[in-house]
Amino acid sequence: MSANNHELNKFPWKHVIGLALSLILTLLALWVVVSLSLPTVATLTIIVLLAICQAFIQLLMFMHINENHGRGYRILAIAFGFYIAAVVVYGSLWIMWFTV
Amino acid sequence: MIENIKSFLGSFFVTGDPMIYGADASIALASIGIVFYLTYFKKWKWLWDEWLTTVDHKKIGIMYIIAAILMLFRGGVDALLMRAQLIIPNNTFLTSQHYNEIFTTHGTIMIFFMAMPFIFGLMNIAVPLQIGARDVAFPFLNAVSFWLFFLAAMLFNISFVIGGSPDAGWTSYAPLAGLKLDPGVGENYYLIALQISGIGTLATGVNFLVTIFKMRAPGMTLFKMPMFTWSTLVTSIIVIFAFPVLTIALALMSIDRLFGAHFFTIEAGGSPMMWANLFWIWGHPEVYIVLIPVLGIFSEVISTFAHKTLFGYKAMVWSMIAISVLSFTTWLHHFFTMGNTAMVNSFFSISTMIIAIPTGVKIFNWLFTLNKGRIEFTTAMLWALAFIPNFTIGGITGVMLSLAPADYQYHNSYFLIAHFHNVLIAGTVFGVFAGLHYWWPKMFGHILNERLGKWAFWVFMISYNICFLPMYFIGLMGMTRRMYTFPSGLGWEPLNLIITLGAFGMGVGFLIMVWMIVYSAKYGKRDTTGDPWNGRTLEWATSSPAPEYNFAHIPQVETVDAFAHMKEKGTADSIYKAPFQAIHMPNDSGIPFILSVFFFIAGFGLVFEWYWMAIPGAIGIVVCMILRSFKDHDDHHHIPAEEVEQTERAAGRLS
Amino acid sequence: METTNHTPIEYSTEEGSNKILGFWVFLGAEIVLFSALFSVYLVLHSHTAGGPTSKDLFEVREFMIETFLLLISSFTCGLGTIELRRHNVKGLVAWLVITLLLGLGFVGMELNEFITYVTVEHATIQTSAFLSGFFVLVGTHGAHVSLGIVWMICVVIQLLRRGVTPVTARKAFIIGLYWHFLDVVWIFIFTAVYLTGLVL
Ligand code: HEM
Ligand SMILES: [Cu+2]
Repeated sequence: MSANNHELNKFPWKHVIGLALSLILTLLALWVVVSLSLPTVATLTIIVLLAICQAFIQLLMFMHINENHGRGYRILAIAFGFYIAAVVVYGSLWIMWFTV
Repeated sequence: MIENIKSFLGSFFVTGDPMIYGADASIALASIGIVFYLTYFKKWKWLWDEWLTTVDHKKIGIMYIIAAILMLFRGGVDALLMRAQLIIPNNTFLTSQHYNEIFTTHGTIMIFFMAMPFIFGLMNIAVPLQIGARDVAFPFLNAVSFWLFFLAAMLFNISFVIGGSPDAGWTSYAPLAGLKLDPGVGENYYLIALQISGIGTLATGVNFLVTIFKMRAPGMTLFKMPMFTWSTLVTSIIVIFAFPVLTIALALMSIDRLFGAHFFTIEAGGSPMMWANLFWIWGHPEVYIVLIPVLGIFSEVISTFAHKTLFGYKAMVWSMIAISVLSFTTWLHHFFTMGNTAMVNSFFSISTMIIAIPTGVKIFNWLFTLNKGRIEFTTAMLWALAFIPNFTIGGITGVMLSLAPADYQYHNSYFLIAHFHNVLIAGTVFGVFAGLHYWWPKMFGHILNERLGKWAFWVFMISYNICFLPMYFIGLMGMTRRMYTFPSGLGWEPLNLIITLGAFGMGVGFLIMVWMIVYSAKYGKRDTTGDPWNGRTLEWATSSPAPEYNFAHIPQVETVDAFAHMKEKGTADSIYKAPFQAIHMPNDSGIPFILSVFFFIAGFGLVFEWYWMAIPGAIGIVVCMILRSFKDHDDHHHIPAEEVEQTERAAGRLS
Repeated sequence: METTNHTPIEYSTEEGSNKILGFWVFLGAEIVLFSALFSVYLVLHSHTAGGPTSKDLFEVREFMIETFLLLISSFTCGLGTIELRRHNVKGLVAWLVITLLLGLGFVGMELNEFITYVTVEHATIQTSAFLSGFFVLVGTHGAHVSLGIVWMICVVIQLLRRGVTPVTARKAFIIGLYWHFLDVVWIFIFTAVYLTGLVL
C-alpha cells in the first residue's frame, strides 16, 4: 500500500524518460536515414530495430504491460500477436519477392 | 418512368430461371407464414423478450445451432444440385454460370454459416457450464456476435434472389473476382457479408478466451479443464490471430471493387497473388478453427462412453497448442502451383508434414482411451467412432497433398475435393452431430431418439463414403474441380453416377435426422437427473435444461473430470444445497439486434453502392455503440434467493 | 517487474479486469491486422506503375511533425492514467483533452497531406498499387485515431458526469491503452513507410 502511494505521489519520471527516449530514438532513426549513407540493408535493419525498441518503450513505460493483475495472459496475447505479425510480414515478403 | 422502374426491377431481382421463381415464392410464403404465426399466436413479445434481446449463453447457443442447421440445409441443397448436374455426361440441368454460383455459395455457406456457427453454438452451450461459470465474460458482446453472424448470413443468402449470387468460388480468387472480370453485385455480397460475420467471429474469439482464462470455478486450474474447453481455448486463440488477416483481405478487395484501387488487379501494378497469400494466411488456420473444437467434442464423448478418463490428457493439450502455433506457418500449401521459388515450396511442404504429427498423436490418444474401456454404443459415440477411420483417410491424403511436386498432379482435381470433404465431413460434421446428440439433453431437457439417431448415422455415414471415396479415383482420372459438365467417353460415367447416388443418400440421412429431432421433441425421453450419460464434467452437475444462472452454487473443483470425482466423493449435491443466495446476472438488451440490423442495412447499401442507404446504416451503427457506451454503467440485476430456490425445487433438486 | 499489492480502481471489479484483459487480447488482434496491411504495402511498394514514387512524395518536415504530435500525445495520455489512479477527475480530464487536441492536430495534418497528394501530385488511390497500399495503410491508422478521438470524447463526458467510478476508470484506462497502441503502430508506419520510402 505504502509503496503504491509512493509511486503515485512522486514525479512521473518513468513517463518523462519514456517520452525523452522515444523522441531521441525517432530523431536517431531519421539521422541514420538522412545523414549516414550506410548500405540500404544496414540502414533498414537499424531503423527497424529502433522501431522495435520504441514499441517496447510504449508497452513498458506507458501501457503498464508489466504490472500485476493478470500479467501472464496479457503478455501472452501481445507476444502471440507479434509472433503472427512477424510470420505474416516476413512470410509474405519472402514468398512474393521471388528471390530465394 | 415505368420503363425505368421495370428495368430496375429486372436487374434487382434475379429473373429468368424457374428454380429461382420457385425460391422467390417459397421465401415469400415462409415469411408470410412466420409473420402470421407470430401475430396470430401473439408471439411477438415472446420472441423479443426471450430470444432477440437475450444475452444468455445457452439461448444464444441454441439460436446458433438452429441457424446452422438451416444453413446446412441450404448448403446441402446446393450440393445436391451440383451432383444432380453431374449425374450424367453433357447434362443441361444447370448452366455453367448457375453451376459457378452454386459451388460458390455451397462452399461459402458451409464454412462460414454452417461449420463455424454450429461449433460456436456448441461452445456457447457447453463451455460456461463446463468451467462452472454463470455466463461468458462478455454476455452483451456474445449477443452482438450472434446477431452479426445471423444478419450476415441473411445478407449472403438474399443474393440468391436479389441482385445475383457470387460466382468466383468460396476462395474468391483475384483477378477473377475483380471488377473487370466479375461485374455486378454478387462478389460484393460475398465480401460484405463475410466482413460483417467476421467481426462477430473475432469478438467470439476474444470473449471465449477471456471467459476461459478468467471465469473458471475455484480450483479448476488450466490443466484440470475439460478437453472441449481446452479445444475452445486453442480455437479462440487461432480465431483472434487469423481473422484480422481475412478482414484485411476482404476490405482490400472491397476497396478495389468499390473505389477502383489496385491491390489485386492486373493493371497498375496490382498483385492478384497477394489475394491468395492473404486469403490462405487466414484460410489454413481456419481449417483448424473448424477442426480443433470437434477434436474436443470427440474427446468428451469418447471418454464419457468408454467410462474412462481421457488417455494422455497432457499430450492432447500440448498437441493442440503445437497446432495453434504451427497452423500459421503452412498456408502456402494451398498455392504450391503458383510458381514459387524452390525454397519456398520446400519450406511449406515440410511445415505441412510437421503439423500432421500432433494431429496423429491424438488419434492414438483416443484409441488408448477406448482400449479396455467399457464402451457404450450411443449415437453420439457412433459418430465419434466413425470419425477415427474416416478422418484418418482425410489426414493421409492431406499428407499426400503436402508434397509440393506431387501436388502438381492433385491440385484442383476431385482428389482435392475428396480430401477436404473427408476432413470437413468426417471431422467437423460428424463432430457437431456427436456434440448435438451429447448436449441435446442439456439444451432441451430430453434425449434424442436413439433408434432414429442410429438410422440417420448409418445412412449418412455409408452414403458419405459412397459419395466421397470414388472422388479420389475420378480425380486421379483427370476430372477437375468446379467443372460444370463432362463429356462422355472418358470412363467417368460410372463413378459420377455413384458419387451422385451417395450424395442423395446423405440427403436422406439428413432428413432422418430432422425427423428424429421433431419426433424426440414430442416423444423423447425426459432427462430428469441432469446427468443422462453418467457424465464426467461439470455441465452434467446442474439440471437439464440448465437454469438461467447455471449453478445455484459455484462448484469447487479438485481434479480433472470434476463431476465424476464429486460423484465418487458423494459431494455432487453441494451445487444445489439450501440455503441459497441472490445471484448476480447481466441484463438483456435490444442493442445487439438493432446494431446488427444497421450493419445489414449498411451492408446492403454497400453491396449495391447505394450510399444513401449505406451512410445512414453506418450512422445507425455508431449511434448504437455510443448508446451502449453511455448505458453500460449498471446493466446487472439480481435473481433473489427465493427464486433460485423455486427454480431448483421445480427441477426436482430439493426434496 | 512492478510489485504493488494495491489494486487500482479500474481493476477493482471482476468485470473491469475482464474487460481490460479482453482489450489487450483485441490489441493482439490489431497487431495482426496492421501486419497484414504492412506486408501488402511492402510488397507493392515498388509497383508504382509509372506514377509517383515514395521518394517523390514524402516530405521529411511534415511526417516528423506528425510523429512528434503523436509521441507527445501518448505521453500526455499516460499522465492521464496516473491522474486516474490518483482518482483526480480534473487532472485526468485535462490531460485527456490535451491528448485529444494533439490527436486532432495529427489527423488534420494527415488529411492535409492526403489532399496535397491528390490535388497537387495527382497521386490517388487509383493511380498505382503502391498508392493504394499507402493510402489504405496510413488511412487505416488515421481512421483508428479519428475513432479514438470520438471515443475519448465519450469517455470524457462520462467522467465529467459520474466522476471516477470502477466503470469510468476502466473506460479511461482502456482508451489510454488504445491510444498508446496507435502510437506504436505509427512508429512502424514512420519507419516502414516514411523512412524506408526515403531509402528504397
Ligand atoms: C452434404 C454433403 C456434401 C456434398 C455432397 C458436397 C459436394 C460438393 C461438391 C460436388 C462440390 C463442388 C465440386 C466442384 O465442382 O468443384 C463441393 C465443393 C465444396 N464443398 Fe462440399 N459437399 C458437401 C458438404 C460440405 C461441407 C459439410 C462442407 C464444409 C464444412 C463443404 C465445403 C465445400 C467447399 C469449401 C467446397 C469448395 C467450393 C469451391 O470450389 O469454391 N461441403 N462440395
Ligand atoms: Cu491448409
